[in-house]
Amino acid sequence: MDELRRVILDYVVKEYLEEGDDREVVVDTPLITGGIVDSFSMVSLKRFLEKKYTIQIPDAEATPTAFDSVERIASLVERIRGARAGA
Amino acid sequence: MADAVEVEQGCLARVRQHFRQELDGLRNAGLFKEERFIHAPQAADIEVEFPAGATPRQVINLCANNYLGLSSHPEVVAAAHAGLEARGYGMSSVRFICGTQDIHRELEQRLTAFLGTEDTLLFPSCMDANAGVFEALLGEQDVMIADRLVHASIVDGMRLSKAMQDTFKHSDMAHLEEKLQEHQDKRFRLIITDGVFSMDGDLARLDDIVALAERYGAMVFVDDSHATGFIGKTGRGTHEQKGVFGKIDIITTTLGKALGGASGGCVSGRAELVEMCRQRARPYLFSNSVPPVIVAGALKVLELISRTTERRDALEENTRCWRRLLTEAGFDIKAGESPIVPVMLYHAKLAQDVARDLFAEGIYVVGFFFPVVPKGQARIRTQLSAAHQKAHLDRAIEAFVKVGRKHDILNKSKKAITERYGL
Ligand SMILES: Cc1ncc(COP(=O)(O)O)c(C=O)c1O
Repeated sequence: MDELRRVILDYVVKEYLEEGDDREVVVDTPLITGGIVDSFSMVSLKRFLEKKYTIQIPDAEATPTAFDSVERIASLVERIRGARAGA
Repeated sequence: MADAVEVEQGCLARVRQHFRQELDGLRNAGLFKEERFIHAPQAADIEVEFPAGATPRQVINLCANNYLGLSSHPEVVAAAHAGLEARGYGMSSVRFICGTQDIHRELEQRLTAFLGTEDTLLFPSCMDANAGVFEALLGEQDVMIADRLVHASIVDGMRLSKAMQDTFKHSDMAHLEEKLQEHQDKRFRLIITDGVFSMDGDLARLDDIVALAERYGAMVFVDDSHATGFIGKTGRGTHEQKGVFGKIDIITTTLGKALGGASGGCVSGRAELVEMCRQRARPYLFSNSVPPVIVAGALKVLELISRTTERRDALEENTRCWRRLLTEAGFDIKAGESPIVPVMLYHAKLAQDVARDLFAEGIYVVGFFFPVVPKGQARIRTQLSAAHQKAHLDRAIEAFVKVGRKHDILNKSKKAITERYGL
């Protein structure tokens, strides 16, 4: 697993799993449809990514589908960073 | 002309098709909600027609928010009649044009005294109070930090506010503290929680929350809809129970549960905050308030529960008894002290099946499952009332045991239940 996925995965586990919740979360574990993250508490994850990687994730892209796994989130971050680097 | 009609029909046909499919999706997923028609006033014993068209049958109600048994209390009904005679049926106006009667203000003052706050503003419902309060009071420079299990109406209200949103793990004070530290750069910090959580029946740790708020310079918001009237020694709410009476900046609560159960809600708290809601909260400004008949009934409710704690004491006794009966029978319940007693079944279909079988045994309860509660946390939520007699609880436990045996869930651990039924 690369650094980006590791950082996101660590944040998800720390921010969303309750104490005593022993569910295993891996890069393609469904987060929102799996009931680990709800759309209400998703905003802190979005803010974390924006701050950590100094990017702006447009609200239209911060959808429950785009945030449904660490893998998808990482792809989104890569795309936004790539677009910026290319610009 | 003919073309226009045809186009409209085409559009309507597409709309119908779309929603029929969505509705079928809900049915197939087991998420379709059906109403049960009650042929009686709200009470411990009611007559229920279910499914629609079936002969109504007598059942014991274990799922109402009629905590104090005041929904059909003769003195409340009589006061409502008198209010109807004295102040009429409707106001035909929002509050600030010509929709405020003397009794609206009187009820606000009585609620202020009861809740131990500085001022109170009535709303059409607590849903409306929660929808209006955050937008009215907070702006871009501020942050709202909510417990992750707060009621849906709070989530909606937060979405309407320009303030930054954040959440903390349910009742996790260390996580809340981290968030408070993270947001020290904001103008105002508002900690948001339910007093009693509606699905789990547990109480917010308001004493710890107030201490954290003092340490980090934050305000505290509590939705006490499932507490006002009965939690705490004199029923003032969760803040009384947790020893922080007078220290909550904003309380919202409902008239639609323990306080007579009709409808209406309020924002109560620091005078300036309440006044700002009066100036700015949109559900207050743009929707009619509670009608005179309900105001009169609610005034009587406050008089009754301020006079004696008999009803909340009876509720507390019923709660203790019901929790003991369920535990002794071998059910897995969420521990706690509130009259919301969840019987854990974990599996969605099992929760529905048990609820259906209990109804056949004359006990009215409802199964709750994802997305109303977290995945794998399906349950039957039972709720006590001061209107229940010991005989109701005895009959109910008999039915629970019978149905519990049928599904083989008595004295079974979570692990055993989920191994057998899945999650
Ligand atoms: C915690 C909480 N807040 C608010 C509400 C909404 O109350 P009302 O019926 O007054 O809109 C409810 C009712 O379900 C609730 O449980």
